[in-house]
Amino acid sequence: MSTETFTEHYGALRDALPGQDLPWLSRLRADAFARFAEAGLPTPRQESWKYTSLRPIEKAGFGADGAPRACISIDRAPSLLPSASDHHRLVFVDGHHRADLSTVGPLPEGAELTSLREMLAKDPAWLEAHLGAQAQDDSQALLALNTAMMMNGFVLRLAKGTVLHDPIEVVHLGGAGEGPLAYHPRNLVVLEPGSQATLIEHHTHMGEQPYYANSGTEVTLAEGAVLHHYKLQADALNAFHTATVHAEVAAGALYDAFGMTTGARLSRNEIAVRLAGEEANCHLNGAYLVRGEQHVDNTTRIDHLVPNTACSEIFKGVIDDKARAVFQGKITVHRDAQHTNGHQLSKVLLLSDQAEIDAKPELEIYADDVVCSHGATAGDLDHNALFYLRSRGIPEKAARAMLIEAFLAESVHNIAAQGLCPALMSSIGHWLADRRGDL
Amino acid sequence: MLEIKNLHATVDGKEILKGIDLSVNAGEIHAIMGPNGSGKSTLSYVLTGREGYEATEGEVLFKGRNLLDMEPEQRAGAGVFLAFQYPVEIPGVPNTTFLKEALNSVRRARGEDELDAMQFVKLVREKTKMLHMSDDMLKRAVNVGFSGGEKKRNEALQMAILEPSLAILDETDSGLDIDAMKTVADSVNLLRRPDNALLVITHYQRLLDYIVPDHVHVLAHGRIQKSGGKELALELEKSGYAAFTETAAA
Repeated sequence: MSTETFTEHYGALRDALPGQDLPWLSRLRADAFARFAEAGLPTPRQESWKYTSLRPIEKAGFGADGAPRACISIDRAPSLLPSASDHHRLVFVDGHHRADLSTVGPLPEGAELTSLREMLAKDPAWLEAHLGAQAQDDSQALLALNTAMMMNGFVLRLAKGTVLHDPIEVVHLGGAGEGPLAYHPRNLVVLEPGSQATLIEHHTHMGEQPYYANSGTEVTLAEGAVLHHYKLQADALNAFHTATVHAEVAAGALYDAFGMTTGARLSRNEIAVRLAGEEANCHLNGAYLVRGEQHVDNTTRIDHLVPNTACSEIFKGVIDDKARAVFQGKITVHRDAQHTNGHQLSKVLLLSDQAEIDAKPELEIYADDVVCSHGATAGDLDHNALFYLRSRGIPEKAARAMLIEAFLAESVHNIAAQGLCPALMSSIGHWLADRRGDL
Repeated sequence: MLEIKNLHATVDGKEILKGIDLSVNAGEIHAIMGPNGSGKSTLSYVLTGREGYEATEGEVLFKGRNLLDMEPEQRAGAGVFLAFQYPVEIPGVPNTTFLKEALNSVRRARGEDELDAMQFVKLVREKTKMLHMSDDMLKRAVNVGFSGGEKKRNEALQMAILEPSLAILDETDSGLDIDAMKTVADSVNLLRRPDNALLVITHYQRLLDYIVPDHVHVLAHGRIQKSGGKELALELEKSGYAAFTETAAA
């Protein structure tokens, strides 16, 4: 597939990209761009892109802009947390950090939460050691594009034993530009031994313009560190969203992730987790509600590298109209990884005859003493439950809505950050309310 | 209240009910007894509008309205209630949410104002107290992890809250030990009023020791073979259904 659009962007912006005066960074970008230019945007001819075509992105004619325009005026960015609760907020508009809308701190000793640009100015040596340390999969063209073009993003760094009690909310507002824009947020989370944080990403929109957000996130969890990582992707229905995450989990550490997708014309979450120390644990859960002609792709890879690690992965989806979902989940248990506990499940409700799910669960096991399972189901609502509700006077549409909500509610209520549940449930509620007419 | 005239019904194209006539008045308890496969449960599903149970002939009037033309929720709104033989488990839906949604739907159908959260809690407390139930069942998901007895008591609670004019009890005794059955029967008896009626569908006579019927009907081969008073149930207990199944088959 052609790379022209992005080659143009890179050519036009290269000199203005942050950190170009740093030789290591300009080399990192140049190498990444060379990889991207050689590979091009992924096409369905590639195994892991068999069910997702990026052709619409190519056709949309996205532009790029180098400098933030401060003139975009908003009072405050939306929040997923109850307003009374204390939390830190970083706000990005069209990929640009808006300090005026962000509120950070006070942070405990040993905690740093800032933007990538600020970190570049402050501690480039630390960035040099961490940027690209996890994201090393050269076959990922979108990640290479992100590395080449990254403009900004958030950086969270916790020193040994630092526990951040208040959650961090990162708000991305898209569509505020004057034309269709593509941007490439790059985020970095480094938790040193025993540190803990809760991170909430909220992707939403404020303007009418189509946009393409192609993010890259690297997560390093040292011994005993805990990261709760939540994401609500409620981008505009004319937007495109691709996110690549690499996480490495050391001994006794926990990467606990839950992502919900309701937005974007096309989205792909590609998450790779390496369980690299004994008793490392990861929860990789997700939910999505899509309709119209939306396309959502969750592609995950979990590598059990050492003995005694565990993962659990549950993705639940509701697919209506002509929408299409892809779930590709690969769990690899490496040869030394005895006593691995790995469970994966994809469950989908198909609300229309034209809705489609392509589910590809994959277990690759090279150790002999492991407990692993995987499964995938797709179906309509439970007719017995529907009749039970209706026999109690609940109208059919309301009964269907109740069952759909219940299907996802289990996943939502299982998250550790209970303060986030009402917002997630209400976004499910809104989706259903919009659908009531023709459920 | 309920007039069933020459009701025929099919399931999967097979005729199960072959001409049922039954008349139930307010204040009455009718028992429908019969062997397995006689059409007892089919009758309860045809009356409540379950998908796949199709009335092919005859009519059913409920308070003068044509019941068979109504959606299941409209029948509930009009005052028909089915206590399920196997109450359905609904993970993810809290029992209270379900009860409130059901009550307010039925109240809307009756032209009454919906209850707000406070009024609803007060009402539920009243009803659980009356039925000697603990609040614990309210917080859990509908019927999920409930014992057989708890499920049937949850049906009784729904009945207490929705106050139907006609409650159909479908094999309410099945799967219950004698104590659990007695508890559920006590609950049902507490809910009796001169203006409501009960249709008790059962295979065994034992439930009728606790919910005493005014009329007993024997259903076999899709038809009511015999009707009588409560003594008919005792007779069946002694002689079994053989007489009816043989008669009909001959």
